[in-house]
Parts: sequence; C-alpha cells; structure tokens
Amino acid sequence: MTFRHTSYAEIMTQRGEIMRASVGIDYDRYRIGRIAFDYEGLMRDTGYGLAQVTEIQRRTAVGDTPLVELRNITALARRCAGPGKGARIFVKDEAANPSGSFKDRRASLSIHEAKRRGYQGVAAATSGNYGAAVASQAAKAGLRCILLQEAFDSQGLAQPEIAEKTRACEAYGAEVIRLSVGPELFAVFLQVLKETGFFNASLYSPYSILGIETLGYELAEQTRTLTGRDPDMVIVTHAGGGNITGTARGLFKAGAAGTRLVAASVDLAGLHMASDRDFNRKSFTTGHTGFAMPFTTWPDRADVPFNAARPLRYMDRFVTLSQGEVFYATQLLAVLEGMERGPAGNTSLAAAFAIAQELDEEQIIVVQETEYTGAGKHPFAQLNLARCLGIDVRRGDPRGGRPGERILIPERPEQLAATEVKLEPLRRSYIRHALEQLPAGAELGEADLAFLSAETRTTTAHVKEIIDEMPRTDR
Amino acid sequence: MDEEVPAGTWVEIGNVLLPPGGRAPQVPADTQTVPLEMRVKGFLLEPAAIGTEARIETLAGRRLSGSLLAANPAYDHSFGPPIVELLAIAGELRQ
Repeated sequence: MTFRHTSYAEIMTQRGEIMRASVGIDYDRYRIGRIAFDYEGLMRDTGYGLAQVTEIQRRTAVGDTPLVELRNITALARRCAGPGKGARIFVKDEAANPSGSFKDRRASLSIHEAKRRGYQGVAAATSGNYGAAVASQAAKAGLRCILLQEAFDSQGLAQPEIAEKTRACEAYGAEVIRLSVGPELFAVFLQVLKETGFFNASLYSPYSILGIETLGYELAEQTRTLTGRDPDMVIVTHAGGGNITGTARGLFKAGAAGTRLVAASVDLAGLHMASDRDFNRKSFTTGHTGFAMPFTTWPDRADVPFNAARPLRYMDRFVTLSQGEVFYATQLLAVLEGMERGPAGNTSLAAAFAIAQELDEEQIIVVQETEYTGAGKHPFAQLNLARCLGIDVRRGDPRGGRPGERILIPERPEQLAATEVKLEPLRRSYIRHALEQLPAGAELGEADLAFLSAETRTTTAHVKEIIDEMPRTDR
Repeated sequence: MDEEVPAGTWVEIGNVLLPPGGRAPQVPADTQTVPLEMRVKGFLLEPAAIGTEARIETLAGRRLSGSLLAANPAYDHSFGPPIVELLAIAGELRQ
C-alpha cells in the first residue's frame, strides 16, 4: 500500500465516490432539504424486514441469546434501596453470539449484502468488538476481510483490549491494519476501499442498524414470556449511537411502546480522543463519552454520508458512570451471578444497579448486552496498564475519580450512582451542529424543521425557539 | 548484521504514513509531533533482514511492502498481576 503526505488531502476529495461504490447506496437520493434526509426511506429501501433479518441471522447462529434474570444483583440493589424499591434486573447475554458480542447482529446483514452484491471482500474501520464480528461473519460467508484499527501510541504501546481484538480478527482469517493514534485512519480506510473495491461494512449503514432491531424485538418477547409484562426500562451502553437506535426500533416493532430507553456511557471527560498521550490513559475503549457526546450531538460524522444511528431520536434518558463503577459492576456480575463478561458492555449494568433502586420491586429493567471477556479485554489488564502509566487506582468514593488521573473502585455497592446528562443542552448542541451545515445565506425549509424536530424529539415550535435563542453568529 | 528471515515466515511490517508536522489539521498538538504509523502482518514473500524493506502476503491475500519489524510477533497481551481491589469484593458481599 502506498500512502504519502500528499495523498491525504487527495483521497479525502474522492470520499463521495469511494463511499458510493463501497456501500452501494446512493445517499444523495434521500436528501429532502438543506439539512434533512428521508431517514425512514433510507432504512426501508434496503428491502430487509425484521423477519428476513432474523432468518439471515439464524443461519450463522446470530441472535436468539438468553435473557437471564440477575436475582442476586437485584437482591443486593434492594438491600441498598428504600422500602418497596428495587426493580428486577435482567440481562440479555449477547456474549453468546458467535464472536462474543451483539456486534454480530450489526455485521450479519452487511456481510449478507456484500455477498449478495458480488463483492470479493469486506472492510471496516473499527478497533472494537465489531471487527471480530465482521471477521467472523466474513469467514462464514467466504469473503476476504480487512480491518483497520487505531491500536497503539507513538511509544508502540498497544491498548490491551484492542490487542485482543487484533488477535481475534487474525484468528478469523482477517488482515488487520494497525495504526497509531489519529483521525487520519479514515483516509487510510478510504485508500483501502479504493484499492480493493471491497464492501464498506460500516457500523453506521442501514444494514448495521437493521441488524440490531432483532435485539430489541427479542428482549421484548423474552421479557413477556418470563414475566408476563413489557420491560419498564431498557438500558443500553452508548457510544456511537447504533446500539440504542437499533434496540429502540426493535422494541417499537415488538409493540413495547411504554418501555423507556436509557443510554449509559462511561465518563471520560477531559481525555481527548485524538491525543497520542491520552490514548492509553482511557481504561475503556468503547461505551464512553468520547464517542457518545460527539455522536449524540451530531451523528453525521461517520464513515457514511448519512448515519443510520440517530441516538437523540430514541433516548428517554442519558446517564454516565465512572470507570471505577463499571469495573465494580463487572465484578458483581462475576461473583454474584457467575457470569464473567465485559468490561465495557457492563456500563449499562452499573447504571441498572443504581437506577433499579428508583423503581418499584415489580418493575423490570433489561440490560441489553454482555460481551465476551479474556486476556487484554478485562479489568485486570486495563487497571494494570493504568497503573503503569501513573494513574492512581484504589478503593474510594467513585465521585472523586478523574479520567486519566485517578480511578476509584467503590468501597460499597451503595456508592454506585448514575449521573444524569441533561438532554436539552444536547438538543441545542445538535441543532447548532445542524445549522453549521447550512450554506451561507441559506434558510431552513419546512422539511428541515420537521427533520430537526424528529431528530431531537421535540416540537418544531421548540426547535424554532432554540434557533431564535442562539447567538447570531451560530445561525 | 541481522540474519535474514526466511521467506514464508509470519512477520510484521510497518510504514510511516504521515511524518510529524504532516498530520491532519484537526489533530491535537501532542499528536502533531509524532508520525502516523501503520503495522500489518503476513507471510514474508522473499527473505529479508529486520529493518529492511520486505514484502508480505496478508491473510486477505494482499501483497504489501514495508520495513520488516518482527518475525513471529507475539500476542503478549495478558491479564497481568491480580488487582486485589477487585478480588476483595466477593468477600465483602458475603458479609
């Protein structure tokens, strides 16, 4: 592969045509305003309904994972809660998928589509579980596979969780291109797509999101079978927004209209996502605010023109947890329920433990994923690396932690608490980002206002109010 | 002088894709001062010494070239020493 300084800007100018060829979707068709696009049309035109997605996933043993009641964790939450409080907590054991996470659902439809369209191979830019999922599905489909990971810092020090994903992807027969820290990974990805003509198995394509709808649908059906009622709340570990989007759409298709959806992210405030220094000071590589905040307030920063993951459309509530709390929850799941999983997927479990104490005993919370664990991808590996880099790791009130400097593992279960993220400032930030896309002098049309209203789950009147309140320079 | 690594060996090669100072404009200051590096593994096509230019065939069947970094590169990620702060939790919850 050749890639030189001069080719960086050049390849970025070819972005549109490379994307069209590699995803096979003409996104321009869906533009209906200055900002607005026809989201439901984009999803519908893939031609895949829920039943067909389910059937495709069953062929490779994806989905149909157990819903497990966490009786001992529920009992502990009730001991911490007031009288009559402490909802029943269930977890969808997504680690039972072939490559060990719910990401198999996201990969399955993309790989099916790539095969159907006659592509020779697939490529994806991902350092996480999604890479293993794409590699696993590609192996089953007999397609070649290339994955790009942001994997090591300028000292050559690899993030242990990503090192494990490198190993897993290579075990599935994929080529893994490992890069040092930086957003230029996207340009390298474009170069690979251009050179190979492979299918872009983007995390943010409609196929990826349609693949998650089965998760929301299954958990609604399973909760009804086990308890005779719909889940009162589903808690989703939130990063790029796909997980909450697909799960919400699946719940809707199952008719679980009253279920509240909570996004939960690990708080990594203060650590810069493109900083070489900060890279290994993050003890979580996903499920964190470093992805969740930018993708919630402007989803269209992904590797496709219109992102099919639209988290603000679907979340009823957004909370953050500290790294120490999620490591503690990971240990609770192991020692109380005999399930060693995670760590990042247990962000929603940590949130569930705290939020269950607000709800009544007969109510039901579903934690909608687990993920596999192992060497590197484990609290021990992450905390040992943290200590190596001078981060203070000890027991204490997790409120006193500081990402990149101090990780406090709770001393008692009562110390787990979900910190609220207010949605209104996120809506304002989203609308500000949207207005930045407007060409100079252009005005928003009716279709744009309707789109912004759907995107931020508020009325068009409120969207107008938010715009009117913005300083002139932002409009 | 390093001995040549035989053809057919599983190796890792690397390239500098962007030099320090040549990074994308949005990259923060600390990252601007370091290069963008790439590493990839595959089977060595012709014998080469560590540090010299080498060609590989990757698991996806592509032929790539770069500086030969290592032969039989280890997967050395692990769990490391126990984190006793976490091991203590089981006992605390039984009390």
